[in-house]
Amino acid sequence: MSARDEILANIRRSLRVGGNETIRRQIATERLERAPKGLVPSRGQLPAEERLALFKLQAEAALATVTEVDSSADVPQSIATFLRDHNLPATLRMGSDLRLTAMPWNDTSLEIAHGPSQGSDLNAVSHAFGGVAETGTLVLVSGPENPSTLNFLPDNHIIIVSAKDVAGDYETVWNKVRFAFGKSGMPRTVNWITGPSRSGDIEQTMLLGAHGPRRLHIVVVRD
Amino acid sequence: MGMTVHATSPQFKQNAARALADTQLQKALGNVKQGFIDKRQRAADKLPEFEALRDAARDIKNHTLQHLDLYLEAYEEKVKASGGHVHFARNAEEARSIILSICREADAKTVTKGKSMISEEIGINAHLEANGITPVETDLGEYIIQLRHEMPSHIIAPAVHLNAIQVEQDFRRVHTNLDPKRDLSEPVQLLTEARAVLRERFLAADVGITGANFLVAETGTSVIVTNEGNGDLTQILPKTHIVLASIEKLVPTLEDVSQILRVLARSATGQEMSVYTTFSTGPRRSADADGPQNYHVVLIDNGRSAMLGTDFEEMLRCIRCGACMNHCPVYHAVGGHAYGWVYPGPMGAVLTPSLIGVDKAGHLPNASTFCGRCESVCPVRIPLPKLMRHWREREFERHLMPATFRSGLSFWGFFAKRPALYRLATRVAMASLGLAGRRRGRFTWLPLARGWTKYRDFPTPQGDTFQARWRRERKGRTV
Ligand code: SF4
Repeated sequence: MSARDEILANIRRSLRVGGNETIRRQIATERLERAPKGLVPSRGQLPAEERLALFKLQAEAALATVTEVDSSADVPQSIATFLRDHNLPATLRMGSDLRLTAMPWNDTSLEIAHGPSQGSDLNAVSHAFGGVAETGTLVLVSGPENPSTLNFLPDNHIIIVSAKDVAGDYETVWNKVRFAFGKSGMPRTVNWITGPSRSGDIEQTMLLGAHGPRRLHIVVVRD
Repeated sequence: MGMTVHATSPQFKQNAARALADTQLQKALGNVKQGFIDKRQRAADKLPEFEALRDAARDIKNHTLQHLDLYLEAYEEKVKASGGHVHFARNAEEARSIILSICREADAKTVTKGKSMISEEIGINAHLEANGITPVETDLGEYIIQLRHEMPSHIIAPAVHLNAIQVEQDFRRVHTNLDPKRDLSEPVQLLTEARAVLRERFLAADVGITGANFLVAETGTSVIVTNEGNGDLTQILPKTHIVLASIEKLVPTLEDVSQILRVLARSATGQEMSVYTTFSTGPRRSADADGPQNYHVVLIDNGRSAMLGTDFEEMLRCIRCGACMNHCPVYHAVGGHAYGWVYPGPMGAVLTPSLIGVDKAGHLPNASTFCGRCESVCPVRIPLPKLMRHWREREFERHLMPATFRSGLSFWGFFAKRPALYRLATRVAMASLGLAGRRRGRFTWLPLARGWTKYRDFPTPQGDTFQARWRRERKGRTV
């Protein structure tokens, strides 16, 4: 018997089932199809304005910085200012996501690079698929226009999120993922990011910038 | 059974004695007591639905275990549909040879690794090394203990038994190409050095091995949770990503995993959510800008299927948050290494006998005061004291346990018969109890002496042991 078949047989023997019981199969199949929503905390169900306020509060509690702009046209200037204020070089790497490339980067003196990171970039910007107010979490999906390496290799990661994409809870974002990619058609990588990289491994002292970005800066676009 | 890492669990008492005498260790263990407990409590208090979510997490895991065969089949189908490979391993040895052959296929020289307890359990690092492949642990804590050739002493904080000065010495010993006069007196300097050294390793690795906190049957997705981002660099940079997971990591849907994630970080570190929660499905898609070209999952049984349908089935709900050891007075006193194998603390005391045999790990379930704090904080409500008691009963039935061991006092008795050790052990215990108990003035529980404190409160130690006071007083009288 193959290892696979033996393991399944052992499980069935321990559970005292045969594996073909119709009702049991139905229960599992239905759960996978319906994906019933569990308990969503009340803080994950706030109306739009409060939801956005909670998102910012929670992201800051996770040690991200947050700024807001009125429209996507204001993003490049806002990022240029952020980099200057922190004495960071005026360089920025991004994917080819149209929401990013359509922004007026030429209005700034930022030196822009495109494509995945090779590990030597100081600054990168990504566009979030969505946000979750409950915990100030950003949701990013990988794809041809959105390299995952940008989320982890640069020292300073800037994430842009549309205010309208900030949901109350994780479940709402999963439904959006299913709508965009098809039921059970997941992108290769979905990253939930809550604050900058950190480690408490040395004497349980929390230090920022373990392997991933030392800084996480969020730009919320209001339009 | 698939035991490969040499277990010193049979010598638990001797291990514990050594731990109590180890001043560096005792200093480091202070960090566990201080940090984790308050942080978890604050996170729990901030979420009114926390207790209800613990119920939900327990129910999801129970439901999954009752249908584990079906969810495994569904999961396997989805991984294949997304272009990934699924391998089943009955035991540690099978898992090791599967992993080695994937690494060989990838022509691997170095393999980066994300933190994974199952990887410790199957002893994959030694196996890779023996076959000319260099494994590099990338979680900061795991990296440190790999340099020291040690096992993790905690499931989420592997190097919690060490102090910064020891880490500095290890870095100076191993990073010999760096300026010997460099300043490493601050923890942040140690972190920066490790980041730079490991960055090179990430970029050079041929294969990345991660564990999985969860596997999602609905989508064929593996989920890792980290704060450092090392797990992500491990899996997106090399051309091959291998996921190691024991079979009980399954959950049905993305909704289910979201429920459990609401209690995981809060229980573990007191964070509302860990920094990086990553959902990976298959290899990179053809047009993707980056990501691994090959995606393998090794599903490992190694004793789990035999636990189903027994008293110990509930242990398979464990999500490895570490809360039970963070709240355990025995763990606080002796640390993780005393438990002698991969899994320490209350969860280890229950799981280890299941995995390596009660004959080897039979003492572990005695390392309990039955104070119940572990169960009260376990996010999936595993009745750990009850399960430890089950082991003790079984052990007694099998005559593996001397009669004296049935009492919680017997462990204490081991020290009492050895006066020097006893003095040391009580001094350690009294000093910490003196701190902890001062508020109330009395203890209703006491590590290792539950049989006694059950019937009477133990007066708060006055920061000194009876023997020490007696000696001092006698001296005062006679001189
Ligand atoms: S037994 Fe419970 S508290 Fe302990 S690690 Fe497992 S889930 Fe966490």
